[in-house]
Amino acid sequence: MTYQFFAALVLLVAAAFVVGQRRAIAVSSGQLAQLHSLPIYHGLFAAIGVFVPMLAIFVIGTPIVTWLAQTAALGLYDAKIQSDPLQSSVILRDVVSLSKGQFAGDASPELRQAADDFKNVLTTGHWVVLALSIAAGLASFAAAFGTVKLPFRARKHVERFALIVLGACAVVAILTTVGIVFSVAFETYRFFFDPSLHGKPSVAGFLFGLEWNPQAAMRADQGAISTAYGFVPLLVGSLLITFIAICVAGPLGLFSAIYLAEYATPQVRAFAKPILEILAGIPTVVLGFFAALTVAPMIRGLGEAYGLNVASESALAAGLVMGMMIIPFISSLSDDVINAVPQSMRDGSYALGATKSETIRQVLLPAALPGIVSAFMLAISRAIGETMIVVMAAGLAANLTLNPLDAVTTITVQIKTILVGDQEFDSAKTLAAFALGFVLFFVTLLLNYIALRIVRKYREQYD
Amino acid sequence: MTDLTATSVLPRRANFDSDEMVARVKRRYRSEWRFKALGGAALVLTAVFVIAVLSDIVIKGTPAFTQHSLMLDVPVRADVVDPKGTRNPEDLRSADYFALMREALATAIPGIEGRAEKKRLSGLLSSGAGNELRDRVLADPTIIGTTVKVPLLLSDDSDIYLKGKQTRVLTVPSRGTATPSGTTGEITVLTSANDFADDLVTVKKALAARIEDEKSRLAIAEGRGESQASEVANLKDEIAALSARAHQPGVEEVLDGKMPSLMVAINGGLVKLNRISASSATGTVYIPLKSADEAAPGAWSVVTYERPESNRKTTDIEAAFLEKLRADGKVENRFNTIFFTHGDSRDAELAGILGSLVGSILMLIVTLSLALPFGVLAAVYLEEFAPKNKLTNLIEININNLAAVPSIVFGLLGLAVFLNFFGLPRSAPLVGGLVLALLVLPTIIIAARASMKAVPPSIKEAALGVGASHQQAIFHHVLPLATPGIMTGTIIGMAHALGETAPLLMIGMLAFIVDVPQGFLDPATALPAQIYIWSDLPEQAFEAKTAAAIMILLGVLLLMNGLAIWLRSKFERRW
Repeated sequence: MTYQFFAALVLLVAAAFVVGQRRAIAVSSGQLAQLHSLPIYHGLFAAIGVFVPMLAIFVIGTPIVTWLAQTAALGLYDAKIQSDPLQSSVILRDVVSLSKGQFAGDASPELRQAADDFKNVLTTGHWVVLALSIAAGLASFAAAFGTVKLPFRARKHVERFALIVLGACAVVAILTTVGIVFSVAFETYRFFFDPSLHGKPSVAGFLFGLEWNPQAAMRADQGAISTAYGFVPLLVGSLLITFIAICVAGPLGLFSAIYLAEYATPQVRAFAKPILEILAGIPTVVLGFFAALTVAPMIRGLGEAYGLNVASESALAAGLVMGMMIIPFISSLSDDVINAVPQSMRDGSYALGATKSETIRQVLLPAALPGIVSAFMLAISRAIGETMIVVMAAGLAANLTLNPLDAVTTITVQIKTILVGDQEFDSAKTLAAFALGFVLFFVTLLLNYIALRIVRKYREQYD
Repeated sequence: MTDLTATSVLPRRANFDSDEMVARVKRRYRSEWRFKALGGAALVLTAVFVIAVLSDIVIKGTPAFTQHSLMLDVPVRADVVDPKGTRNPEDLRSADYFALMREALATAIPGIEGRAEKKRLSGLLSSGAGNELRDRVLADPTIIGTTVKVPLLLSDDSDIYLKGKQTRVLTVPSRGTATPSGTTGEITVLTSANDFADDLVTVKKALAARIEDEKSRLAIAEGRGESQASEVANLKDEIAALSARAHQPGVEEVLDGKMPSLMVAINGGLVKLNRISASSATGTVYIPLKSADEAAPGAWSVVTYERPESNRKTTDIEAAFLEKLRADGKVENRFNTIFFTHGDSRDAELAGILGSLVGSILMLIVTLSLALPFGVLAAVYLEEFAPKNKLTNLIEININNLAAVPSIVFGLLGLAVFLNFFGLPRSAPLVGGLVLALLVLPTIIIAARASMKAVPPSIKEAALGVGASHQQAIFHHVLPLATPGIMTGTIIGMAHALGETAPLLMIGMLAFIVDVPQGFLDPATALPAQIYIWSDLPEQAFEAKTAAAIMILLGVLLLMNGLAIWLRSKFERRW
């Protein structure tokens, strides 16, 4: 059914385009300068004129037809069954599979009748829609044919249509954010405030609770299983690993950037830039594999050789590898800001007799400081939101600890763990993952916003 | 203006030749050198890390590209393969090829009696060992009734053993003659020189090392207090028993699974030793000897399997069989085509990446076909046609923020909207492609805007001057010139999408999917998700497979980024 429609659509649109264009050339008797719009615009105008009505009829008609068919099929059953959404959806599913010939098992005569009705209404309806849309297409074709005249402003109409399409594409980007915020916020709202949900915490209990122990869906009659949705251990785990990562990436990234911006010869730069780009391009699942299978056992072995008690999934291992992951971020952003400081400041400093390192320390870094701080904040936000490295190298135990040799868990690990299990979608446990996602989204948004504001407020304008 | 007197605040001209001045300058230069060295060291450390990661992956992954098979002569018996004699493909497909394999193995290592031993022998083969033979029979039924030389795939543990990852095998040649007491069962081997003396000493030393281990565990258990009282008592008993044995050199020793395994290779057979003293040893025959004659010095040897049997997957008898097959030249190491032609499997030797590669390609097609048009058109609108008001400002801030949102949040969006609200099938490349398209969209918009900004305004103004409309100027002149930058940004965005795992896990690509997906709505998995799944599995062979899959992924990413760089260098124009 859909194939016939799209075949007819493509055929008619192409025909309209070609005919419109040829007609325009014919009307101008070969002297194209007499036309207001180029022939291609006349062709496009005809094509759009055919496309829009046909598509509209199809998009509006098909759901209506489906709804009509469903009503016809259910009409055979009792009113009580019709008003119960669960039962009617079960019946509809059976009807659909029977009409496609995929039904396994015996069908009652009632079901067969319903399936027949369904199929009949559906087929008739689809043919009606197809016929209507083709009729509309032909009508538009004829009308468009009539509009092709010398002074007709085809290009204006086509460009207005194009503008609408462009605007719609831009709106898609906004829809993404709206979709994220809305879906996550909606589920979070249900997590905290839905009265039919059992085992859910209060907002304060979530934000300030010290124990994270989500359990499976609780029924109303279940006894008190210890369930806690305290967010603090996860936050501390995330921050601990991020702190270790920044301790690694901060000095390494910043000093790399300084060296590349100030000291490096072109040969060194030609060698170092690709290495940083390679590091930036390594997928995080690869780094997670490296962290879990090489770094963590190495740290464990080192720790035990010195008599320390190291967990096999220590925060140190995950933090080290995550630090290495964000070095390119800090390095490239700092490189840009250091290069953006005008040469005149460097020259002035050299003229006063400062060495290169003194210039960097006392002139360039303070000048570039807002940009560097913003780079750090962006790197922190990236580290907090990182999932694969911590999933593979950090543990699931919600420890509230600051010891880097212990196993900790982070926000992202818990989101992933909760949602790849087989929980039904409506339990408090699943919605807890959305609440965590909500918090994560806003924390990273806040960090990015602060980073941007810092740059805007404190940036020196040298020009 | 104040008068400056002779004793004014003007500093005296510094004496640059004084000692303290020279020292100060030296200090400053040293500090400069240290600073520069720090910068260089940071770069070097980063480079070291990148090289460490890549070489670790390559070292771990290269063994997975080859697989060991046994090249045996298999009699393709008609009564097993085609009992009805009809050459019906269905019958040929479902015949019991494993029985033929067992026969071939029995011919390769004759004399193995006992159900347990025979099971170990046939357990060396993979469950898919018969596939090659079956395919050959189906392709050419005339080989039924003949004997063919066919490769039989070995199981993953045997493969790892033959690659040397399970234990080292040390052979010590003999000094004296040896006389076995029989050819099968429990036998004793007597030697003329004390050939087992060294091994006896080694065993005693191993016992001493175990005593040290137990003593430290005892210390930890005692440190934990009274709750471990029974464990403390057990440990103390064990230490006493081990000490009694260790401090009596020369007395016969019983070997157990926690010590390196000792074997005697004599007269074409292999004996696993259970008890040794300096000049004699008693053990079980694993591979039957050809005769009970005396063996000359140098004709027999003592073989040690270094890692104790209890610490490895391959038992001593399986190792003995594999070593014999290898010595007979029947083991072949071939390129692992299964890795590239099969989907996922629970048996490590039969697992491949074809399913996940196809799934990834399907997803990238969806992502590209959605993100590229929407991204470029949105960028054109925002850059050229959008009125400069608060709404477009909001959209711009929006897009910049979206580029920095963690990828797992996109997974949550996909789960809530595409799976729950729209009811699309889980784990389908269509859903994965949609989620990744949303992820990549901000990157493409930002790259497209930057490329269009880089085109000089004079081009657009010239077009307007010749009479083009605004849209004509953009679409006929600016956009084509901005295309190289847009292409580069798109390829980099696709490379980023290819490596993303977290959002895919959210929409269900964690499932175990064996079949190669045929369409956009079939259940599928992607290469990064496959890597994640395999890294979690316990079998040792999957570690090499995961690393090999990572090598393929990194190779594809390298190609894509290289393509982007080449495009940029070839087509980019500097205005």
